[in-house]
Amino acid sequence: MSAKTRSRMVRMLVYAGAASSMMVLLFIVGYILYKGIPHLSPKLFAWEYNTVNVSLLPALINTLYMTVLSLFIAVPLGVGAAIYLSEYARRNNKLVKLVRLTTETLSGIPSVIYGLFGALFYVMYLRMNLSLISGALTLSIMILPLIMRTTEEALIAVPNAFREGSYGLGAGRLRTTFSIVLPSAGPGILAGVILGIGRIVGETAALIYTAGTVPEAATGLLDSARTLSVHMYTLSSEGLYIGETYATAVVLLVMVIGINALSIWTSEKLGRRNYGKI
Amino acid sequence: MTNRNNGWVGAISGPPKEKGLYMKQLKEVLARGLFTVAACISILAVALICIFLFVNGIPGMVQIGIVDFITGTRWKPGNNIYGIMPMIIGSIYVTAGALIIGVPGGILTAVFLSKFASKRTVKFMKPAVSLLAGIPSVVFGFFGLVVIVPLVRKFFGGSGSSLLAACVLLGMMILPTIITVSESALNAVPHSYYEGALALGASHERAVFKVMLPAAKSGVTASIILGMGRAIGEAMAVMMVSGNRAVVPDSLIKGVRTLTTNIVMEMGYAADLHREALIATAVVLFVFILIINLLFSILKRRARL
Repeated sequence: MSAKTRSRMVRMLVYAGAASSMMVLLFIVGYILYKGIPHLSPKLFAWEYNTVNVSLLPALINTLYMTVLSLFIAVPLGVGAAIYLSEYARRNNKLVKLVRLTTETLSGIPSVIYGLFGALFYVMYLRMNLSLISGALTLSIMILPLIMRTTEEALIAVPNAFREGSYGLGAGRLRTTFSIVLPSAGPGILAGVILGIGRIVGETAALIYTAGTVPEAATGLLDSARTLSVHMYTLSSEGLYIGETYATAVVLLVMVIGINALSIWTSEKLGRRNYGKI
Repeated sequence: MTNRNNGWVGAISGPPKEKGLYMKQLKEVLARGLFTVAACISILAVALICIFLFVNGIPGMVQIGIVDFITGTRWKPGNNIYGIMPMIIGSIYVTAGALIIGVPGGILTAVFLSKFASKRTVKFMKPAVSLLAGIPSVVFGFFGLVVIVPLVRKFFGGSGSSLLAACVLLGMMILPTIITVSESALNAVPHSYYEGALALGASHERAVFKVMLPAAKSGVTASIILGMGRAIGEAMAVMMVSGNRAVVPDSLIKGVRTLTTNIVMEMGYAADLHREALIATAVVLFVFILIINLLFSILKRRARL
């Protein structure tokens, strides 16, 4: 075989590999949309869930609650930790090393272990029972490493000249951080937060034994509540409402893909502004 | 990391001269304290997770007998027999199968994105891959249940809920991870390597596969390890397609149960020793994950990703 044919074959292989993996992934989305969209009906968005009409609206409302609560806990902590790492800490002090090690560990822990930990710690030990707040506390640990990493990357990308200018005008470190560095890093932080929302919306394993599976909209922090992903899982394991399960999958998929697209757009379009013009 | 200040810029020196300055200093100290506390939350979280898993899991493991628990091949909670060998082997089989299916396609796609695709294709494909990385695992699981399981049943017989279905599904699920990490590893290889290979008369394909890919070895391996972590830790999707039999499967079309699914399936109703055995299962899984994390961070450092 000549070198030329061999090259051509290798190229074919690369093209085929890339095409097949993209096609597999697109097929999943396409299949769910194709099967699910005909089953989307206004009935699915009724206020009440019952066995006749497995409405997804209560679960959607719970998802919103869960997202807001988790972000309320995770964003201040994650952004604060990233500020410490990028603005305050000296490089390579022992605490920084330990924080980085534990953050890396957290980001590798599977969600089922978070769920089990949440069930043991929040639900049983702290007696919060299966509730919105147990779920949100569990999820906020889960997305903490994500928020920390994206925020730190955004902070590091802010040119040092910004900080020096601020110090030169007599501002202290705190003021410099809040008036100069954070606003410049805003889009990057926002992109990370939106990515975190995507994780929260798509999560199931960490929530089943922390927030429970009650299919009604929660009225308080201590109410058990299923989010849309958990709703989708219970529908699919009950196996009685196939059409509705497809439709729920469509809503979930569109939400998560939309959220992730928003995150990419935020970091690409808003992220790379005026830094180059200094 | 280069543009971080070294701790001297903006420091307030000397004793406070006025009240305003004193307040300012107090605020600075308070803020530093708060940010430090926030940074320590991740240490606290890891400590709590370890404590609660180990304190709740180890006593049960000791009661069952550590060796019996890990090497036992029978899991019969009704008779108080707890051996998790089938689940350990199940997790290893499923993960290995996922890698066999996901790695070649993933790496070829990364090579395509990094070295073969036109700028316009990349501009479309890269966001698509990261969007697909966000597909929730229940959606994957449902897709497996309604597409992959029936296909396995049709072509290979059996019930369809099987080791094979789990491997195929997980192989798809880890694709985006492998593609993104391998691609950035390939992009990090200096362009001069490629030019050097071309100058020695290599074709584009030969330069990519004999020079660039070997140079990106650590990063590509890191992507595989990361995919391995995803596969071994996935619970919901595997549970929906794998049949969940707590027996070591003797063929690809038999049901299989992994460490993760063992926890999710039975945690809802388990009590006493059964519950402790499930937590101990999580301890074993956690140790696996820690080893994988360690491997990943070593490789990541070596690849300078």
